[in-house]
Amino acid sequence: MSQGGRDLRLEGVTKRFGDFVAVDDLTLSVPQGSFFALLGPSGCGKTTTLRIIAGLEDPTQGQVFIGEEDITGLRPYKRPVNTVFQSYALFPHLSIAENVAFGLRRRGIKDFKSRTRDMLGLVQLEPYADRRPAQLSGGQQQRVALARALVNEPGVLLLDEPLGALDLKLRRQMQIELKRIQTEIDVTFVHVTHDQEEAMTMADTIAVMNNGVIEQMGHPEELYENPETTFVANFLGQSNLIVTEVLSSSPERVSVDCHGQQLEIDSARSHTDSGRGWLGVRPEKITATARGAEGRNGANLLSGGRVSDVSFVGVSTQYLVAMPWGQELMVFEQNTGQRAQLRNGDEVDLAWAPEHAFLLDARQDAHAGVMTPEDLE
Amino acid sequence: MTHPASVQSTGETPPGTGTTTPQRARRGWLLLVPGMLWLALFFLFPTVQLFFTSLYDPAGSYISGYQMTWEFRNYLDAVVDTWNLFARSFAYAGIATALCLILGYPLAYAIAFKAGRWKNVMLVLVIAPFFTSFLLRTLSWAAILSDQGPVTQFLQTIAILPDDGRLLATPVAVIAGLTYNFLPFMTLPLYASLDKVDYRLIEAAGDLYSSPVTGFRNVTFPLSLPGVVSGTLLTFIPASGDYINAELLGTPKQYMIGNRIQAAFITEKDYPLAASLSIILMAIVLVMVIFYVRRAGTEKLV
Ligand SMILES: Nc1ncnc2c1ncn2[C@@H]1O[C@H](COP(=O)(O)OP(=O)(O)OP(=O)(O)O)[C@@H](O)[C@H]1O
Ligand SMILES: [Mg+2]
Repeated sequence: MSQGGRDLRLEGVTKRFGDFVAVDDLTLSVPQGSFFALLGPSGCGKTTTLRIIAGLEDPTQGQVFIGEEDITGLRPYKRPVNTVFQSYALFPHLSIAENVAFGLRRRGIKDFKSRTRDMLGLVQLEPYADRRPAQLSGGQQQRVALARALVNEPGVLLLDEPLGALDLKLRRQMQIELKRIQTEIDVTFVHVTHDQEEAMTMADTIAVMNNGVIEQMGHPEELYENPETTFVANFLGQSNLIVTEVLSSSPERVSVDCHGQQLEIDSARSHTDSGRGWLGVRPEKITATARGAEGRNGANLLSGGRVSDVSFVGVSTQYLVAMPWGQELMVFEQNTGQRAQLRNGDEVDLAWAPEHAFLLDARQDAHAGVMTPEDLE
Repeated sequence: MTHPASVQSTGETPPGTGTTTPQRARRGWLLLVPGMLWLALFFLFPTVQLFFTSLYDPAGSYISGYQMTWEFRNYLDAVVDTWNLFARSFAYAGIATALCLILGYPLAYAIAFKAGRWKNVMLVLVIAPFFTSFLLRTLSWAAILSDQGPVTQFLQTIAILPDDGRLLATPVAVIAGLTYNFLPFMTLPLYASLDKVDYRLIEAAGDLYSSPVTGFRNVTFPLSLPGVVSGTLLTFIPASGDYINAELLGTPKQYMIGNRIQAAFITEKDYPLAASLSIILMAIVLVMVIFYVRRAGTEKLV
């Protein structure tokens, strides 16, 4: 093994099931001890990717490395990798304590009893040590699955939606625990989740996956502020996507025409430089003001809007603003109490800073990655 | 066990409408009546009858009739004469059961996990022997194992068997016949049990540092224990009472207790002896089964 640490690397990994490509030429590198989140819609290949890393699935093509060691052909039990399975896969014939001790005992670790007890304490399941998995609730079972993998302190821990069945309070608590353990024992975490907030608060790097391909990978903030595809723009948070025509582009700014009004975008956030493009702007970046009340001041200004829906959600108010070309844009405003609330039917101008918008290729589907209510179930 | 009616009563029936819970419970029990009647008529009654027969005065005959004299001595006489047959029966049945387990487990495992789309074909093949009669199949084993038969010849050629050695009319033939005849009774419950084992658990064992062998020992085998228990019972119990294999593949030197009971009932018409032997066999098997099931620890079986 080299001094380059024990980074997890996938190179050109492809997995086909018959004609169906579940994972398509995936290349990524996860530095040792970092927290990597894999985010994506159902069926996009997240579990398959984890199974390839764990050795439970052979890739059709490509290699998996830990450090300099090629582990592609290594049997699962010889890999320094443990998995928290999406289906938990707890052993029904063993008690909770025996389940957690399983990996330690297979490796012949002497103090497996005390380690098991400590781990059960960590996931708050000490009183249940002698029960069988079938006698626990779904959330408790999930914590057993977590404990059973974590207790081994592996080089790489694969977590397949490990907190999905927990209520919000317990989930937040376990997130903090996980993050603490990860920093403490220097484990590389590969964490699959549906919960964007979880991914953004915990991960050093997020990869957004779609149809077996990583659409974009980077620091959470970067992904959120500067998405490169409509899929990422919609899947991570919400975005207004407005069709525009590129007028000119310079190294600093790109100018676009939006239904007769000129807008500017930072070149660094422009992912197309000619023809039509989707101008994207997050709802919370927009300020809606009564028509003509504010000057431009270097900001982008879209006028001609009319408030068509107001919903008060406590910390913020969410407006829908109908534009002259028929589109409704979302605007979120913090309830700071400093500005009067707008009312249905008010005529408004929308303003945002050029560095808060992004420009995407118009050939992409504007609705890619939009969460429908069914997805959130 | 939760009573079915008590589960249904929670919320399913709106109060005051439809049938009430006790009525439902009674209707549920009605379903058991045909089965109960059948068992009473064809199992309980003959067993009681058999028990009484075993206590008749052995001086009687089926022509002159029997006197009920509560002859408990019948049991003693029966055991003194036949204890070696009992011992031989249980030894043969035990060996055959062990062989069935050794042969049947890999077969059931392969059908459950490796057969893929051949699963149904393989299952049919396991059951296929039942399409012909038990007697016929045992007779053909007699042909296969005969002195001029291919197996004997081959074993003589490779010098495993001496030139005047034989297979037919030896314990080997009887045990081989028992093993063959009862193999499906072992394989099918094993398959049913293994098929229920979630393959993801085996993967999880591999993920947790178990080599295929340790994974099998710690996860797959314990989870298949219910099948092992029912398979061994379904093999051992009928095998210990069997007489066809010893009759057709053995000689009186290999006779099992079943042969003695059959002779007493059919040939000698010594009903009290036949009945007391049957009762003793039943009692011994029952004790063994209870002991075995206790040991296997049914509460551990999921
Ligand atoms: N053994 C298999 N045979 C055929 N297709 C498979 C197999 N395993 C997975 N797939 C397919 O591969 C795709 C990716 O599956 P995978 O389990 O990786 O999804 P996922 O991203 O984990 O989804 P989810 O969020 O719902 O768990 C799916 O379309 C699935 O139907
Ligand atoms: Mg999955």
